[in-house]
Amino acid sequence: MSIDIDTARKVAHLARIAVPEEALPELARELSGILTFMEQLNEVDVEGIEPMTSVTPMRLKRRVDEVTDGGYQDKILKNAPDAREGFFAVPKVVE
Amino acid sequence: MSLNQLTIAAARDALKAGDVTSVEITEACIAAIEGADALNAYCAKTPEIALEQAKAADARLKAGDAPAMCGIPLGIKDLFATKGVGTQAASNILAGFKPEYESTVTQNLWDAGAVMLGKLSMDEFAMGSSNETACYGPVVNPWKVDDRKLTPGGSSGGSASAVAADLCLAATGTDTGGSIRQPAAFTGIVGIKPTYGRVSRWGVVAFASSLDQAGPMTKSVRDAAIMLGAMASVDPKDSTSADIPVPDFEAALTGDIRGKKIGIPREYRLDGMPAEIEKLWNDGIAMLRDAGAEIVDISLPHTKYALPAYYVIAPAEASSNLARYDGVRYGHRAKLGKGDGITEMYEKTRAEGFGPEVQRRVMIGTYVLSAGFYDAYYNRARRVRALIKRDFDLAFADGIDAILTPATPSSAFGLGEMASADPVEMYLNDVFTVTVNLAGLPGISVPVGLDAKGLPMGLQLIGRPWAEGDLLNHAYVLEQAAGFSAKPSKWW
Repeated sequence: MSIDIDTARKVAHLARIAVPEEALPELARELSGILTFMEQLNEVDVEGIEPMTSVTPMRLKRRVDEVTDGGYQDKILKNAPDAREGFFAVPKVVE
Repeated sequence: MSLNQLTIAAARDALKAGDVTSVEITEACIAAIEGADALNAYCAKTPEIALEQAKAADARLKAGDAPAMCGIPLGIKDLFATKGVGTQAASNILAGFKPEYESTVTQNLWDAGAVMLGKLSMDEFAMGSSNETACYGPVVNPWKVDDRKLTPGGSSGGSASAVAADLCLAATGTDTGGSIRQPAAFTGIVGIKPTYGRVSRWGVVAFASSLDQAGPMTKSVRDAAIMLGAMASVDPKDSTSADIPVPDFEAALTGDIRGKKIGIPREYRLDGMPAEIEKLWNDGIAMLRDAGAEIVDISLPHTKYALPAYYVIAPAEASSNLARYDGVRYGHRAKLGKGDGITEMYEKTRAEGFGPEVQRRVMIGTYVLSAGFYDAYYNRARRVRALIKRDFDLAFADGIDAILTPATPSSAFGLGEMASADPVEMYLNDVFTVTVNLAGLPGISVPVGLDAKGLPMGLQLIGRPWAEGDLLNHAYVLEQAAGFSAKPSKWW
């Protein structure tokens, strides 16, 4: 499976990374190279094998659904590039 | 010998005996760091914090309340959140980020009395095998045999370089595909990746959550046992932290492995493997046999598919984990042009903030998770992963106690030498280590010898899940038999 320039453009957009048009051919070439490397996986017989979901055979822990943490808005906002009046600020979103 | 050259064990004993103070050891480390800017290992130095913690540790020691790590100065990989101290994962996208919280691992270490000398550079978001993707510029290996500067390996390259050059007594590292064990091998130190779930991931910047595990990088196997004990805990803040008590790892170092079965996987004997690595491996086998272990040829048939499976699964998880870097909550935000909306803000911020390797992996991950390819790539890779784990399960079920392999396919290479290589060639550095992350097992790299050029080479031991004590004991025997004591001569 090789990645063409249109696919590279689409992947970059899905990943929300701006890639200039002139860089797309090189990106497509690199991504194709990596995918070719992954094609080896097609040689493996995986019939009847469940995809691995947990590294160790353990059930995810459960706890009572209650508030155990919180109440520090100032700390949450402290590292924001733009925080105003207790909120994260972003450019205007117009749909 | 100056105090910064001490092992944790030697410093602990000297501190307890009152022969030396933590302030003295810490000052020796600070002086060594000041003289080692050429290595570029530390990306942030925190001498004031260190001296304050050292004084507090000395007071604890005096009061007789001294856990094993009390007063021991450490370097901390830039991946661990440290309250009030810059934590960037060596990425421009986290420029200026100062966490308001402390990672569980570092909190455990400070609670045990350890001292923080500063933050250590690494490959950006732990993605790399040469430390050349760090936004702070490459870290240099203290080992040098000609006029070239060598890589310390990666991603925990700053940690490896700092420990090998005695810029701390030990350091924290993290390992997603070999990021503790490969740099440890390249710099002649010890590094252990514990069983997945042994050490809390809370407060560690996430790369691939089902593979990431933190561990110590140290000057000896005993130090690794001591420090792992202090890092590990059962942590309610990490849902994958296992409810298994942390044993006394140091007590497991009996030096007796008589009757233990050591597996030698035939699939790790690669075509074109350098003769020196092959010889090192054979020497290691002989050492364990001489110590009374039984050597058994084993097969791990899916080994060949570990790297391609890893390079589907790790980028897939990374593309999800790194979605949070969007210029809203922390770190860098791009300057926007007139009319730019929120999508341009995301796209420009991420293009400016992420380096080329991180961008590549996020995009690969995005692709393999996208509609139409999820089953063909991601689910297939997870099924192959199950087979890789089953290979190990079967070996252990046959009575194998530990598995011995090379740690890396070569010794350290020169900085810049892989610049024109295909990304996949760099990925081959992880060929012996990545299986261990996929299977969630503990693995340790032990320095065993020097190659003809005079560069360190390591062997890897792989243990049963949750049997780090037993694994460390095997490593201890290998360390004693190899008697590796070479140090890089100071040129920096």
